[in-house]
Amino acid sequence: MAAVQARDDGAGQYQPKGKGLALETAAAWVLALLWIAPLLYAVWAAFHPPEFSSRFEPLAPLTLRNFARAWDAAPFARYFLNTFALVTLVLASQLVLCTLAAFAFARYEFPGSGIVFALVLAQLMIMPDVLLVENYRTMSHLGLVDSIPAIALPYVASAFGIFLLRQTFKQVPRELDDAARVEGASGLQTLLKVYVPLGKPVYLAYGLVSVSYHWNNFLWPLIITSSVESRPLTVGLQVFSSSDQGIDWSVICAATLMTSGPLLLGFLLFQRQFVQSFMRAGVK
Amino acid sequence: MIDRRMRGWLHAWLLLLPAMALLALFTHWPAVATLVDSFYSTPRARRPSVFVGPDNYHQMLADPIFWQALTNNLWFALGTIPTSIALALLMAMWVNDRFPGRTFVRMAFFTPTVLPMIAVANIWLFFYTPQIGLLEQVRGAFGARAHNWLGSQDTALAAVTVVAGWKDAGFFMIFYLAALQAIPPNLAEAATLEGASRWHFFRRVQFPLLMPTTLFVLVNAVINAFRMVDHIFVLTRGGPDNATTLLLFHIYMVGFSFWDTGYAAALTVVLLVSLALLALIQYGVLERRIHYR
Repeated sequence: MAAVQARDDGAGQYQPKGKGLALETAAAWVLALLWIAPLLYAVWAAFHPPEFSSRFEPLAPLTLRNFARAWDAAPFARYFLNTFALVTLVLASQLVLCTLAAFAFARYEFPGSGIVFALVLAQLMIMPDVLLVENYRTMSHLGLVDSIPAIALPYVASAFGIFLLRQTFKQVPRELDDAARVEGASGLQTLLKVYVPLGKPVYLAYGLVSVSYHWNNFLWPLIITSSVESRPLTVGLQVFSSSDQGIDWSVICAATLMTSGPLLLGFLLFQRQFVQSFMRAGVK
Repeated sequence: MIDRRMRGWLHAWLLLLPAMALLALFTHWPAVATLVDSFYSTPRARRPSVFVGPDNYHQMLADPIFWQALTNNLWFALGTIPTSIALALLMAMWVNDRFPGRTFVRMAFFTPTVLPMIAVANIWLFFYTPQIGLLEQVRGAFGARAHNWLGSQDTALAAVTVVAGWKDAGFFMIFYLAALQAIPPNLAEAATLEGASRWHFFRRVQFPLLMPTTLFVLVNAVINAFRMVDHIFVLTRGGPDNATTLLLFHIYMVGFSFWDTGYAAALTVVLLVSLALLALIQYGVLERRIHYR
């Protein structure tokens, strides 16, 4: 991965020059503007009074009233709290469970490890996103319907996380492991003192991917929740915008920006880490 | 000696236990249960579930909405997969070069990936709205006739396909960008010495070296094409007249609107089997044509 970070210097010998560069720059800019046009539009509508939501006058007055109206019209504070709780619960449990399982696959030899690993990878194809009906039934047997743990549980044992960490742990030099054990560290202590610290960049990468996935997840939370107390932002936003608010675009745009705001802000601040994390998560 | 080995096994299994228990409960068991349930009737208030053999599948064959959902999903996949991959490659080639504003351009391409689909769908809904929507205003300025993009059977599916392609392309770009930057620079030096044009270098060197990435992206794109339904809830709710009903959306409607869980299980089996088949085809056929570094 070091090579990826170091070589951020363009296409080398085939870096376009002169007319070619001008043409490419123009094309890239046009596509980029096209790509964020929906977002730019939402920003325009959210920060201007409703009568300007589809009229673009450069001198239109700015306002924050749309945000205030959206905030008052639905329990967004509660939705934010739920999403924070959900994302934290999912990530924390994923990190613990995936670390333990990945360590077993990377550093232990035991009968059936191949089959068990195949069973883990099966989840990459049979995603919780598809097994809606049965998982709903399981949750109602467990008495968990309409709760935040119910949204989180199917995603906690993440095949992607186990796979990613297993690859990372396998690259840790054996000598470090042996040295720790010679000093009398147990298996778990070695994991915590040697493997976890060395895996930090991968943990960051996985964390960012997981947080943005679960912040944005919609279908399963829609099915399993039915009250304000457990609904995450995405479901709350959908309930809000499909109700009679449906006509007022300025308020909808404000609510939309509000719900994606923290993630978008985090992305803008940590753009480099975000992009590199997604790269790292995919390349492995 | 044997004792120590057994201790090692025990430790490994204990480490695996929590993750495997949850995987069994929420992936393996439901997958098997879905298959079993697809052969049983839906339990109703007075009638418990009974074995009905292939009845649910017969119902599926006779269900015009299923066939429409399947066809829609194929068009949706055909519309999103090649365009988002081609766009992703083009974007990655561009932001791999140095030019003024590269950081902004890269950010612009990637932004849709971090935004919730359900939120951006709201913005696109307004973009497509008749009369006051942005698209109609632009078209109106050129004197085009008014058109209801999401309300018309002819254009609704295309409209939701565009949104999906827009969201996916920037995500896939990242993987191409990572792969492009991992290509050793001496290959480009050698190619210039040979006098190869940029297109030739792309066609003969970069593109073949990107094939593993293309396979990875392709698998993800196929999965996404069958999994991405969030925007349907906002933009069309499957309408007009089922013109934008995708398979997973149909499963949702059957399972959680009509509560016909037996039939929903049969539909889920079809979706899972199609995904597995597609994965096998992709790995089986494409894997052999790829040169790994």
